[in-house]
Amino acid sequence: MLDRLQAVGRYGLDFFESVGRATLFLARILCAVPRPRQAFPLLLRQMFNVGLLSLLIIVVSGLFIGMVMALQGYSNLARFGTTDALGTLVALSMLRELGPVVTGLLFAGRAGSAITAEIGLMRATEQLSSLEMIGVDPIRRVVSPRFWAGFYSMPMLALIFNTVAIYGGAWISIDLLGVDGGSYWTNTIEAVSFSQDVVNGVIKSFVFGALAAWIAVYQGYDADPNPQGIASATTRTVVYSSLAILGLDLILTAIMFGDF
Amino acid sequence: MNDTNAMNDANVNFVELRDVNFAYRDRTIYDAVNIDIKRGKVTVIFGPSGSGKTTLLRLIGGQVKAHKGSVHVDGNDMADLSRAELLKLRTRMGMLFQSGALFTDLTVFENVAFPLRVHTQLPENMLRDIVLMKLQAVGLRGARNLMPHELSGGMQRRAALARAIVFDPNIIMYDEPFAGQDPISKGVLVRLIRLLNDSLDITSVIVSHDIKVATSIADYMYLVADSNVVAHGTPDDLLANESPRVCQFMRGLPDGPVPFHYPAPDYAQELMQS
Repeated sequence: MLDRLQAVGRYGLDFFESVGRATLFLARILCAVPRPRQAFPLLLRQMFNVGLLSLLIIVVSGLFIGMVMALQGYSNLARFGTTDALGTLVALSMLRELGPVVTGLLFAGRAGSAITAEIGLMRATEQLSSLEMIGVDPIRRVVSPRFWAGFYSMPMLALIFNTVAIYGGAWISIDLLGVDGGSYWTNTIEAVSFSQDVVNGVIKSFVFGALAAWIAVYQGYDADPNPQGIASATTRTVVYSSLAILGLDLILTAIMFGDF
Repeated sequence: MNDTNAMNDANVNFVELRDVNFAYRDRTIYDAVNIDIKRGKVTVIFGPSGSGKTTLLRLIGGQVKAHKGSVHVDGNDMADLSRAELLKLRTRMGMLFQSGALFTDLTVFENVAFPLRVHTQLPENMLRDIVLMKLQAVGLRGARNLMPHELSGGMQRRAALARAIVFDPNIIMYDEPFAGQDPISKGVLVRLIRLLNDSLDITSVIVSHDIKVATSIADYMYLVADSNVVAHGTPDDLLANESPRVCQFMRGLPDGPVPFHYPAPDYAQELMQS
């Protein structure tokens, strides 16, 4: 019994120690003042790796989720004779929830895991130590560009996801299910508030992007420098990011859209 | 005038470790260790695996800090340096990592050019000339457009050496430079280390297991084991040393003060139990 209590205590202490180290690590990233001449090309390159290379999975997922949403929505709304609201349903679900959350989850799986593996391998092959010995701060050179690339890429990816999903939903609704195109788009445009729905969705994406990128760079930097250490760090990135995004989404939704 | 004299004086210590204590979590790596590394000489640190030889290089490079005692490099107390001062000091240090640690996304040329691009604003043609000179010194001028994964292990280390000397450092630290090298690569590295040390008046610190090669290249050697310096002296001193521990290491004997068997209960008793 005492052993179990001890184990729980140790797990708790390890957890808080890890959170503390991750917070200090974030502070170091935020305090690393970039030198524009060197930092901008590095940021662009990482935005290519993190953002552009994630585009395919984001577009395909957005298209399919939008189409499925339209099919599911139609079969339910048809029972109440309110298929005109289909566009509103798809657009609001995407902009408020599914866009930022699903993009965040896909981002953690596609880009977050790649960032962790890359930084972990750089540690294992002594490239980070090598940077330090050359007189270059690895936080500024390796970690910061990846963190900020995640932060800036996520909202763009979420917006692309939303756009593709809404058009996917419209295609299914109008061309396949026979919903009137005019009322579909009119209802959608009337129901969506830019300041309430679009802006809040974008704020969520920034938060999820920062969260996923922070977890990914920290796990990579903190990984044990061996194959097993890198493998478990990569897994932790995906699991922790997904849980953190889902948990934080509930809190943000309650703050942004909760009526209390 | 005094500075010049100091630079030329071979008896001046470039690195001084005084009563250094260092531990990883609960494991003591160093307990009150004293090591002097003379300017312009080749000093070899050797000892059993896990005795903290690489940690010594990290202490000198300021990548880890001593928990007690002091580490002085070129007159600087490593504990007193700010991060910016430390990064600046490191531009005068070269380090050759065991794996080479070339940046895998850059060509050989760009790897060698990297420190120059980061720390200087040299015009491209001048930068090119410096990089080609360094690559020529290690025999890899023709391989400048290759990626690191296209090089053999020995060539990777030579490319990393070219990068380490790109600023003409005062000290180069080599972490197991001969491990996993074929005899030709080993011979090339030995020649290069000696050549660089003598022609550029560099201080060299080599961490190595390879006693034969180490004794052939070293001016001075330290045997590190059990968290401390067990013996030190010129290669001839150590070869003549009759202490069982030094003998075991210098001659590569499988059993001795460093036991062949991992600590275990009595063999016969364990067999009887089954």
